[in-house]
Amino acid sequence: MSTSTTTPEQDPELHTPLGGVPLTAGQLPRGAAPGMLVASAVAGLLLWLLAGWAIVPCALLAAAAYVVIVYTWSRAVEGPRKATDRLVTAIVSGAFLLALLPLISVLFTVVSKGLERFDAEFFTYSMVGVTGEGGGIYHAMMGTLIITGLAALISVPIGMLTAIYLVEYGRGKLAKAITFFVDVMTGIPSIVAGLFAYALFVMIFGPGVRMGIAGAVALSVLMIPTVVRSTEEMLKLVPNELREASYALGVPRWRTIVKVVLPTALAGIATGVTLAIARVIGETAPLLVTAGLTDGDNFDPFDGRMTTLSVYSYYEYVSPGLFAEASFDRAWGAALVLIIIVMVLNLIARIISKLFAPKTR
Amino acid sequence: MASTTEAPPRKDRAPQRPGDRIFAGISTGSGVLILLALAGVAVFLVTEAWPSLTAPAEDIPGGEGLALYIWPLLFGTLISAVLALVIAVPLAVAIALFITHYAPRSIAKALGYVIDLLAAVPSIIFGLWGINVLAPVTVDPTTWLSEHLGWIPFFAGPASSTGRTMLVAIIVLAVMVLPIITAVVREAFTQTPKLHEEAALAIGSTRWEMIRMAALPFARSSIIGASMLGLGRALGETMAVAMVLSASGGVSFNLISSENPPTIAANIALQFPESSGIAINTLIASGLVLFAITLVVNMIARAVINRRKDFSGAN
Repeated sequence: MSTSTTTPEQDPELHTPLGGVPLTAGQLPRGAAPGMLVASAVAGLLLWLLAGWAIVPCALLAAAAYVVIVYTWSRAVEGPRKATDRLVTAIVSGAFLLALLPLISVLFTVVSKGLERFDAEFFTYSMVGVTGEGGGIYHAMMGTLIITGLAALISVPIGMLTAIYLVEYGRGKLAKAITFFVDVMTGIPSIVAGLFAYALFVMIFGPGVRMGIAGAVALSVLMIPTVVRSTEEMLKLVPNELREASYALGVPRWRTIVKVVLPTALAGIATGVTLAIARVIGETAPLLVTAGLTDGDNFDPFDGRMTTLSVYSYYEYVSPGLFAEASFDRAWGAALVLIIIVMVLNLIARIISKLFAPKTR
Repeated sequence: MASTTEAPPRKDRAPQRPGDRIFAGISTGSGVLILLALAGVAVFLVTEAWPSLTAPAEDIPGGEGLALYIWPLLFGTLISAVLALVIAVPLAVAIALFITHYAPRSIAKALGYVIDLLAAVPSIIFGLWGINVLAPVTVDPTTWLSEHLGWIPFFAGPASSTGRTMLVAIIVLAVMVLPIITAVVREAFTQTPKLHEEAALAIGSTRWEMIRMAALPFARSSIIGASMLGLGRALGETMAVAMVLSASGGVSFNLISSENPPTIAANIALQFPESSGIAINTLIASGLVLFAITLVVNMIARAVINRRKDFSGAN
């Protein structure tokens, strides 16, 4: 027995291990799955380009072919467990690709249609006296900036102070209730926030009121919970040692919060506030019922109707009037400006959190 | 026991400086303000809705009373939101799995951002997209569905020629709630204890079996909570539905015809600018119903998610 292990040449078992079955048995050949994927993709492309089918059935057919072939092949060679694993891998990856489709389609559509009206006039004119072509979004851009700015002015202090209360002071039932209801507030439908602001201002100014500030109040209802949540998360990240070091030097609690805790968390808070602004700047429904629409410049949020980009885009689309084509172009143009603003805000938020993140050494 | 010398009172606490008191007061105040605002939403809505609750039935738009005015709206709201979830939840779980367990580690984070971008697109743009791109695409398939699967109530037809159907509204809603659900579920999957996963792999599981045994049970309550969160969002979504849906019908399960029940939120957005008097009060009453439903849904969602947070090993 010992001689047979020291002289491997004489032992046939080692060359054909496991009783004559090679180690790679029971597996698909290397690269079989990616190969099949490429093959079905090519087949789908051929159907699309040569046979002239529509692209969607081609893609679906190619995906289905890949799934069926790989599953049956794997089931025959590797057994049902591995086959199910491959099936799930294909489905999960397919689901991700499927989710990318609307995103790509939305971005492509908005950019291609919005570029029709991306000229200087579009950004410098309002809609006063415009019936056909021409006209612009100057008043709507200013309205969006003013209303969103006011909303930020209301919600950032309230949101940050609430977060400070929750992290630094809050104990007991009140803090629990605030945390819970802030979460619940995140889910208030935007139209309900709009109705709330409308109802509030009706009580003060009488029925039919339309004001920029009412829109700002409505947006604040949507924005405050986001600000609270993100600020709270950031304040919790500030190490307790920093606070204790400050207390040890005899610094009062409020100065500790203002001079030590807040500066440490500032980058994260700025990111959160930027994302919150990005969330509300594209809101339409609450502004539709509170701020309304006007053709001319109105930059006074306490006096009468104010146009915002999203409401402008909506009305240009749903009530185009006689020169529908020009109106649709303006609607898409405004949509493109809006999406650019939102994307830029998101980008800024990422950059802030990257650049000013606390250095960990 | 009379003391002979006046001992100075012992200081148990640090001195309360005025600055401290003011600052604590302000921050507590803003917390209370938020609670008041939420209560205010309910109070103001009830006050403004009140005239329509007490008005005679024939004054309500439609002339049949408040309940019959709101019922089709409520039905449309529920059916669109629930069916949107039926599409979105499995997709969201699959996407979250892809990002956390399947995608290469180096690009997983970037893929997460891409899905988050979907959440950043304003709803008005989804409305424009739905009506211009998605609706025309669905015309041919829905015609086929109504011809061949017409015996299913959902596809009874006749298929709409514009594509502005409940089906398109449902798909748009599904796309809009997808990133919200994905974000919560993804968070839960990343918190799955590594040891559980490695143990599952060590006993010879395939990746799917590992996910089924370790990741999915761990994330189950998160998936439920996230679905409720998505439901709340889908119930309240306004502009996309208002633009996409051609709302002219009553209660109907037919998803592909041109006569659909409107949703509460979309109906408000469509009717509000041209309404006055009792019609406004009626719309606010329907908004109150929507507020109550979303409040309940969101409270359940948060309760489910928070319960899990207490037991997870992550904190």
